[in-house]
Amino acid sequence: MTSVTTAPAPRDDVVEDTGARRHALTVAGLCFLAGVAAILLFGLTATSDQVSTLLMNPRGVDTIPDVELPTQIAAFVLGFGAIALGVRALQVVDPKITVFFGGALGLFALALVIWAARDGTGAFYGLIAGSVQRATPIALGAIAGLLCERTGVINIAIEGMMLAAAFGAAITASATGSLWIGLLCGILTGALFGAIHAVISIRYEVDQIVGGTFINIFALGLTSYLTVRVLVEYSHLNQPGTFRPFEIPLLVEIPFLGPLLFSQNVFGFVMFGLVAFLAWALFNTRWGLRVRSVGEHPRAADTVGISVHFIRYRNVILGGMVAGIGGAWFTLGSAGRFDQNMTNGKGFIALAAMIFGRWHPVGALIAALIFGFSEQLNDYLALLDTPIPSEFLLMAPYVVTIVVVAGLVGRPRVPAANGQVYRSGG
Amino acid sequence: MRVELRGITKRFPGVVANEDVNLVVEPGQVHALLGENGAGKSTLMNVLFGLYRQTEGEVLLDGVPTSFSSPADAIDAGIGMVHQHFMLVPVFTVAENVMLGVEPTSAPGVLDRDAARRRVLELSARHGLDVDPDAMVEDLPVGVQQRVEILKALYREADCLILDEPTAVLTPSEIDDMLGIIRRLADEGRSVIFISHKLREVRAIADTITILRRGRVVDTTTPDESDEQELATAMVGRDVQLVVDRSAASPTDVVLQVSDLRVRDERDQLAVADVSFDVRAGEIVAIAGVQGNGQSELVSAIVGLRRPTAGRVELDGADVTGANPARMVELGVAHVPEDRQRDGLISSFPVSDNLVLNLTGRSPYSRGIRMDRRAIRENAERLVQDFDIRTSSIDAAVGTLSGGNQQKVIVGREMSHTERLLVLSQPTRGLDVGSIQYIHHRIVEARDQGLAVLLNSSELDEVLALADRVIVMYRGGVIGEVSGDEATRDSVGMLMAGARA
Repeated sequence: MTSVTTAPAPRDDVVEDTGARRHALTVAGLCFLAGVAAILLFGLTATSDQVSTLLMNPRGVDTIPDVELPTQIAAFVLGFGAIALGVRALQVVDPKITVFFGGALGLFALALVIWAARDGTGAFYGLIAGSVQRATPIALGAIAGLLCERTGVINIAIEGMMLAAAFGAAITASATGSLWIGLLCGILTGALFGAIHAVISIRYEVDQIVGGTFINIFALGLTSYLTVRVLVEYSHLNQPGTFRPFEIPLLVEIPFLGPLLFSQNVFGFVMFGLVAFLAWALFNTRWGLRVRSVGEHPRAADTVGISVHFIRYRNVILGGMVAGIGGAWFTLGSAGRFDQNMTNGKGFIALAAMIFGRWHPVGALIAALIFGFSEQLNDYLALLDTPIPSEFLLMAPYVVTIVVVAGLVGRPRVPAANGQVYRSGG
Repeated sequence: MRVELRGITKRFPGVVANEDVNLVVEPGQVHALLGENGAGKSTLMNVLFGLYRQTEGEVLLDGVPTSFSSPADAIDAGIGMVHQHFMLVPVFTVAENVMLGVEPTSAPGVLDRDAARRRVLELSARHGLDVDPDAMVEDLPVGVQQRVEILKALYREADCLILDEPTAVLTPSEIDDMLGIIRRLADEGRSVIFISHKLREVRAIADTITILRRGRVVDTTTPDESDEQELATAMVGRDVQLVVDRSAASPTDVVLQVSDLRVRDERDQLAVADVSFDVRAGEIVAIAGVQGNGQSELVSAIVGLRRPTAGRVELDGADVTGANPARMVELGVAHVPEDRQRDGLISSFPVSDNLVLNLTGRSPYSRGIRMDRRAIRENAERLVQDFDIRTSSIDAAVGTLSGGNQQKVIVGREMSHTERLLVLSQPTRGLDVGSIQYIHHRIVEARDQGLAVLLNSSELDEVLALADRVIVMYRGGVIGEVSGDEATRDSVGMLMAGARA
């Protein structure tokens, strides 16, 4: 008897209908659409003598020259670039929609930015710096979410946690006169709400979506009530002030990126620091390994002696603390006062960023930057004379959210035990 | 390590899972725990491993009374357990899975991956396990995953190894390898507890055999003192017949014709590669193979649960490729799914509704938008009688029935409406011997009534007992076909392992 331990080889002359062709055509079609839209909307409406000037430096700095571009040619080049991406999508096996359509959308957005500045100057540096600013609370919220979900606890209460923390931070900073005590109180408020969420979902095994919704409604109601009842009357309790930006010497001298990344207030540095640290820690520390094992296969973790509930409690509370930092950004890092419902859905956009970033800190940051950009685009365009109705511009971040979540995410790999209650035997 | 269980009783609300169990495992010995599904073997071992706390009794390790409140305590005491359902994180590497819980660190809290990898390589080489520490677990065949589980126990320096049904997912040749590994582990001085309901393996490997029935020890013996028939009788509690009565098949016209079928799984991997075969009326064709070689995907594609990417499925000569399951039911195809709790039943629904679950759209069970409760009840009463379904009432939630009776509900429902083709996936998995016999008998009866029967089973004994023809699948393809008369444990087993004659 001769033994052959090879599998029967599949024939290679079979035409399979796997839907791959349809997928490639969809991706290419979307790229074409973005490219054609750029050419029609921006290329053909500009004239050949128009020039767009983009400011590349923060105010008062002059390290690199500003960019001057012929508007029409730029729009055509970018539009055809998007179409070229579509053509390329037809040539490769299984084109990634994120890479191709994402890239095409990026070119479209750049064409819009240049077109809006035709016959004028666009604050390009301001647009990017503002995007990073606006991305900060979103990225912090997304990190808070992924800390919870990596252990298998769904947290849709980021919104409520941030709102409550924004309030707590504002009122304590105003009362004590110390921004740092305010920030600390924001973190503690987040931790408290994290602990509430943990107890509801781990100890009492309440459906995590229902529990999270409860926290969101509770935080909104409580802060609104206290605003009307307390802050309106004692307005000195709502004057916390804001953290001033500071610079990291030398690094801030790098053209464009220097002032962008190394001249921020404490929130920006904390956000970038957390992203970098978690991107490393999740995959290289004992803590990270155990966190991921609990989110993927809690019973396996239990059978090697890891306490599933302990890991979950710890991370949900840590997530609450990070959401607390994100919440404090609204009052101490940006507005300098608390307003009713001032988070205004950012917590949910943060969740979208977490999903789009595939539960990875760096992915979440990139997603947050995209959302931040779509918000900042408003301000940028408002300064320029554009015929786009302002209502439409206000919709942009939400349209981007829908496109990103529905179109670009595809089928992400969710932590396998996400949302599942764990009960050990006996 | 000498492990002794003394007077262990474990009660769950309303159920006694173990009652006054005494068991002694000597170092260097393989002690087999034999019993049917539900006899209390796994519960007993979960007590020993600290997953459950016993209601009464004590555990002695080397003569010292010990009590565990969690698996961590058991692991610290030197007990390692290989669970029936692997406790491995699919998206982790082998090394990550092995070190989880006892991670070596270079700086405080920082994983020392190199140390873990070296240790895995060293243990793997010493015990002949042949495992790559950097492989992703989800990419490994189940046989290798099992060796990873053993590595996990060895990495923790276990002196007592509990192996819960370790051979259920292996090919016959892999089983031989596994038994060899187990023997060596015992020879090095470890005590090994081997849980199984397979008589042959138990007799081949065990030094001592303890038989559990309904949570109690009914006998303790050795392979030399008892043959398979005696063990089976002790395990089941009455005389059992180990073979199925059946006459030769008389197949007539082709009912199911599958040509060059190609199917992809959830991860878009080719699961079924150009498979062709047919099933005639009046014969049982079995698909044999180790789990995960494309059988599930093949069956899903035939019954309309998964769309094939190439090839054809024909029923009575008509093309039904990609037809939906409702259409297949209409055409006279019945399907007993592999995972009865997930796919076959709605456990909170009463037995009566579960018996018409896929027939509610047709007469006499519905008229217009109204369901005819009386017809449904009559149907239920008849099937409960016919299929010997043991239930307190046809209104009882199906989830309250035992596994065997749940399966009879599905088999009863499917046989009640099939006219052409009966597809059964793992029809007796996890059932007691009595139910297995009964269901086998009904399958042969269905064949004799002129139905075409397609049986997908990874139990070699079942395949050999029932099949008129055996198709063996290996890595998505058909590696061979054997007629029922020529099919033996050896001939089919070799093919299951991928060796062509």
